[in-house]
Parts: sequence; structure tokens; C-alpha cells
Amino acid sequence: MAEPIRIIVDKCVGCGLCIKVCAYDAVSLVDKMAVLNERCTVCGACVSACKYDAIVIERRPFKGQDVESYSGICIFAENRHGALSSVVYEIIGAARELKVSLDKKISAILLGEKVREMADELISYGVDEVWMMEDSAIGDFNEEIQADLVAKILLDKKPEIFLGGGTIIGRSLLPRVAARILTGLTADCTELSIDGDNKLLKQTRPAFGGNIMATILCDSHRPQMATVRHKVMKAAEPLEGPHEGQILELSYPVLKPRVEVLEFVPEEMDTVNLADADFIVSGGRGLKDPKNFSLIEGLAKAIGGAVGASRAAVDAGWIPYSHQVGQTGKTVNPTIYVACGISGAIQHLAGMKSSDIIVAINNDPSAPIFNVAHYGIVGSLFDVVPEMAKQIKG
Amino acid sequence: MKIVVCIKQVPDTTNVRINPETNTLMREGVESIINPFDMYALEEGIRLKEKHGGTVIVLSMGPPQVESALRDALSLGVDEAILLSDRAFAGADTLATAYTLARGIKKVGKVDVILMGRQAIDGDTGQVGPGVAENLGLPHVTEIRMIEGIEDDGTIIVERLLEDGYVRLKSKLPIVLTVVKEINEPRLPSLKGKMAAKKAEIPSWNHEDIEFDLQRIGLTGSPTQVMKIFTPPKPSGGKIFEGDVQQAVTSLLAELREAGIPIGQQREEGSRNG
Ligand SMILES: Cc1cc2nc3c(=O)[nH]c(=O)nc-3n(C[C@H](O)[C@H](O)[C@H](O)COP(=O)(O)OP(=O)(O)OC[C@H]3O[C@@H](n4cnc5c(N)ncnc54)[C@H](O)[C@@H]3O)c2cc1C
Ligand SMILES: Nc1ncnc2c1ncn2[C@@H]1O[C@H](COP(=O)(O)O)[C@@H](O)[C@H]1O
Repeated sequence: MAEPIRIIVDKCVGCGLCIKVCAYDAVSLVDKMAVLNERCTVCGACVSACKYDAIVIERRPFKGQDVESYSGICIFAENRHGALSSVVYEIIGAARELKVSLDKKISAILLGEKVREMADELISYGVDEVWMMEDSAIGDFNEEIQADLVAKILLDKKPEIFLGGGTIIGRSLLPRVAARILTGLTADCTELSIDGDNKLLKQTRPAFGGNIMATILCDSHRPQMATVRHKVMKAAEPLEGPHEGQILELSYPVLKPRVEVLEFVPEEMDTVNLADADFIVSGGRGLKDPKNFSLIEGLAKAIGGAVGASRAAVDAGWIPYSHQVGQTGKTVNPTIYVACGISGAIQHLAGMKSSDIIVAINNDPSAPIFNVAHYGIVGSLFDVVPEMAKQIKG
Repeated sequence: MKIVVCIKQVPDTTNVRINPETNTLMREGVESIINPFDMYALEEGIRLKEKHGGTVIVLSMGPPQVESALRDALSLGVDEAILLSDRAFAGADTLATAYTLARGIKKVGKVDVILMGRQAIDGDTGQVGPGVAENLGLPHVTEIRMIEGIEDDGTIIVERLLEDGYVRLKSKLPIVLTVVKEINEPRLPSLKGKMAAKKAEIPSWNHEDIEFDLQRIGLTGSPTQVMKIFTPPKPSGGKIFEGDVQQAVTSLLAELREAGIPIGQQREEGSRNG
């Protein structure tokens, strides 16, 4: 079988740029020439980095769907407990931007027990066609059933783009759909646009905990699928004036559920729902003692925000895991993120770096958190945090 | 009970630093480790076996050096390890990876529980678990924070983390589960385990050992293509206040309000809707 990636001997000048960008230690210089070893995963980082076009990936893509027969932008209208998930408004915002370049209609797949009102709401936000299936057998937390329906609808309706939320449900449902209909799926995108030349969806996402960004295309398969990171794209506002939209009621057989919901246990919303919070105050090891989390809670309360934590604080048992922000915790995108006594380790940054405004409070001026902070106070959090709460409360 | 745990070898990003000048990854001295989430999957697999009996088989797709990750897994008390390795698998995206792993699991035979990590820390996608389930025609549940128990009649009860709480779910086996950190505390390898791991035979399967649709593996079977990889723009450096605390706080809040952040002004509004 031919090597999928190779170095063009005549073009390589032995500059070593490829070695620097490879995260897998798969390139070395032999006689001033780049050589790939078996560690190579064909990720393509070196291809992007090479200034001499000396590394090429040769793909022989397996034949995808008949690309021409697919058209339009479809979104997944995730809903739960009788309401659309907040990420849906963000995806509509993204879809409306894409519509400007693509000039195709926006549709939405809406599944659930009582969803009719949501269909009207989707239309008021600019969705042109709602593909709705109302059935009490669908259930809120059964991705196997939902994926089966979504796949059938996509194969029947053939949109060229399908977007879902980068939520826990979205990131469980869409991979299943992609595996069913054999198309590409890009996870947790932070930017979407249409390529001017070939009208393909350019999907940009962070990888390696946000340290690198990758732009991904899916050219021979349809639909081009992506999940969209929550709270990065701007939520759409309802359209001004009435909008002509159609609701198509669909009916497909619903699979027999193999996974059954016993109960849903909500978490105390005001302190924990980090994914949705606009303001977050987080505490780390600098707090020294679990009882000092009350300072963080005090400030969070003063600004009407949620409480987050670094892994060090969680591992020390100062606060439950559900508060952890970072690579192994939650990814958050609030308007403002206040990090108190958190050093800013790369794994922590992975979860909060895309916050609109980052404020750091740390007594060590060289703490890495100050490299990403928009504002910072060098000082002891024991003085700064109560003072902030006091001044905010006025 | 037969349990398969899928693990991925990844670069240890804990040691990855960013070169502040070029804003690129500095990889010097970065080792390869088992994806941290997969350590929890391994631990949970071993615990299930300890409780219900049976075998735990660890499976990984990757280049030949992944064998070292499989030996690490064996040293924890896993019974068997299988490597899926072939140049033809290289360049697989999540679709092709899920297909390849599923074919490997199929060859293993009748399996009751397939455990995987919530996501791999290199790609951060979390797509492979649900993809494997679909390929095998099995149900799946992601973000498992607890396996409450498995009954003799082959039903499993799990707790799944959600953004706003958790759900308790019941399913028939076999099932694919992806786990979060909260689920357990992984053990350390024992001396005996390390010795056994050293001696263990690890079969390596390639595209000839398993029936693969050659159109669906590796780069060929991957619909997504990376068009460009770049480093995010360097942070421009923020405004830092020092000195008198009261003054610093006042200046900070003034800046925030100037930047249009309604800090402290929306307390009475209550929670946001939508
Ligand atoms: C695989 C893996 C995954 C990980 N995932 C995560 C994750 O999801 N989330 C996460 O957060 N971490 C994660 N980590 C851990 C991460 O590497 C760091 O260890 C952790 O973030 C450190 O937490 P910290 O900043 O609270 O503690 P420290 O690094 O100890 O920092 C404490 C900070 O507080 C400051 N300080 C001390 N006293 C005061 C004071 N009185 N006033 C003001 N400042 C003070 C110090 O100057 C210091 O900067 C992960 C690690 C690994 C290996
Ligand atoms: N090459 C691989 N070999 C074995 N397991 C894998 C591989 N890639 C991903 N996985 C499993 O799938 C999970 C999710 O990975 P990902 O979808 O890449 O984020 C990981 O935690 C592993 O359990």
C-alpha cells in the first residue's frame, strides 16, 4: 500500500520547520533532509508548516455521496425539558451568516414530544423550514433513537451542511449520525465560514487544548457536519417583522429504546451551570483552604455568576468535580472569567481561554495566567477578592 | 463477562510548553502516555472484572510504538492486549478510526461492555466512542460518572453527567460507555503486573488479519481533511494593576465598565432566560 505522506526530495531544504511543529516526534533530519518515521499519524501539521511545499499528502478519497444533489444548511434543534437549548440560537446565528455566502435556505431538525411551539420560535429566528417529528417515544436522552431519525431525515432531505451543538448531547448524537451515513464530522468548531472558491464549509477548531487551531474541510461527502462550541458564536436575535417559514411534519418509525431513563437529577443551577454562565469566578490552590471558597462564592454572588475551580482545588477535595474548568473538566465561554489563585496551567487554560474577558488575581506577577488575562491584579486574593465584592455591591 | 477497553497513545501535553516567541508547541522531552481519560476506562474495566469475573482486553490502533502503552495497561491487571497496526490505518479521522476499532472488536468476539475515554487529549473530539457503537450496532452512553451496577440478567445502571445535572440510565448489555474523570481513582501498576506485562505476547493485527473494507480505513476512509493548522494569535498582554488594593480594584472595575461589561449592574435581574 502506498505511503499516504511523503517528502519530495528535490524540494526539501532541510530547514527543520516540520520538526518543530510535529507533536508526535515523527520527523528528523537525515543528511539535511526531512525523514518521517513510523510515529507519523499523517495529521498534516508539517504540510501546513513547510514553506517549500516539500511534504505532500496523497489521498485517494473513498467515493462519497453525490455531492451535487445536496443543498442548504440544516441545524439540529436540540431541546430538553420543553425548551430549545441555548446553543441552538448560536447555531442559528452561525447558519444565518453562512446563508449570506451560500444563498441557500436554512432548515432545522426538531424532534421530541411536545415541540410544536419551538417550531414557530425557530421560524421567528430565521429558519426557513422546520423538519419536525413529534412523538413521545423519542425521549430526551436517547441518542441511538435520535441518531436513527436524524440520519433518515438527512438522507431524505439532503442538506449540504448539518450543524449541531457542541453540547454533551450534540457531541454524542452527531458522531453516531456521521458513522451511519458515512460522512465527515468536525468537533467543537469555534469558527465556520464558506470558502469563496468551492463553496465548501471551512470548519475551524482548537486542538491540543487550544494550543493549535486547525481548519478542516470535507469535500467529497455530504452533509458536511460540525458541532459548534457553546457560547463562542453570537446568539441570533429574532428577525424583525414576520418571516415566512414552513413546518413539515415528518413521520418515521421510532426504534425500540435499549437505553431507558430512570431519573434526571438537576444540579443546583445558580452555582454550577458553568456551561451557560455569563460570569464565572474560579478559585485555585492559592485559596489554601476549603473554607476560603466562601470568598469566591461571595464575589460570584456579587456579580451574579457561577463558581469554577482549578483541578488542584478539586483534587484537594475543596469543591466537587462538577465545578472543574479545564481540559479534564468543563469548557466555559463566559463574558467574564475571574481566575483567583490559579497559576494558569495549560490544561486549565484549555477550558477557559476563549472567555471574552479574563481577569487574573494572583500574587505572583510571573504566573502564566497573566499571559492570557485581559486584566489582572497582582496581589493577594485574600485582600483583592473581598474588596472587589465590596466595591461591586457598592 | 468480556470487557474491551479502547486506549489511545497521545503526546503528554502536560509537558508541552508554548514557545513565547514563535507561539508554537515546544515538544522537547515530551513523552507518549496513555490518554488520561482512558486510564479511568481501564480502571473501570478492571473493577468490573474484579466484581463480576471475566476478562479485560485492551485494544489500541496506532503505530508500532503503541505497544508500550499496551504494556502499561497490562501492568495494571488487564488480561490481554491487542494492537491494530498497519501503515494503511495511518491518517484515519474519527470516522475511519471508529470503523477500524469496531472491526477489531468484532474479531475479539462477543463482548459485554466496551469502555472508552470521554475524549483524547490530542484531538479533543470525543467522536470515536459513539462512532464505534454505531459501527457495532450497539447503544452507547457518553460522560459516565458512575456504573451503579450490573444485574445478573445483563442490565447495567449508569449515571451520566450533563450540563445541568445528571441522568440515571438503564440499559441491556452489550453497550459502549465513555467515561469522565470523576468515575474512579486509577490504580498504580503492581510489581507482579509489571513483570507479567514485560513477558506478555501482544498480537498485532493488520489489514490482512481482519476483514476491512479498504475504502474505509486510514486516510482513504477519512472524509475530513485538514486544510490548515495554525497557532492562535498571541495574546497581546493585558492591563495589570499593582500596588494599593483598593485603588487597583477601583481601576479594574472602571476599566471593565468602560469595556461595556455590566459588572455588578445586573444583580437584580435574576437569571437570564433562553
Ligand atoms: C491530564 C491532565 C489534565 C488536567 N486537567 C486539568 C483541568 O481540567 N483543569 C485544571 O485546572 N487543571 C488541570 N490539570 C492540572 C494542571 O496541570 C494544574 O496542576 C492545575 O491547573 C493547577 O491548579 P492551580 O492553578 O489552582 O494551582 P497552582 O498551579 O498551584 O497555582 C496556584 C496559584 O495561586 C497563586 N497564589 C497563591 N497564594 C495566593 C494568594 N494569597 N493570592 C493570590 N494568588 C495566590 C500562586 O502564585 C499560583 O499561581 C490537568 C493536568 C493533567 C496532567
Ligand atoms: N487510535 C485509537 N485506538 C484506540 N482507542 C482510541 C483511538 N482513538 C480514540 N480511541 C478511543 O476513543 C476515545 C475518544 O477519542 P477521540 O474521539 O479521538 O477524542 C478515546 O478516549 C479512546 O478510548
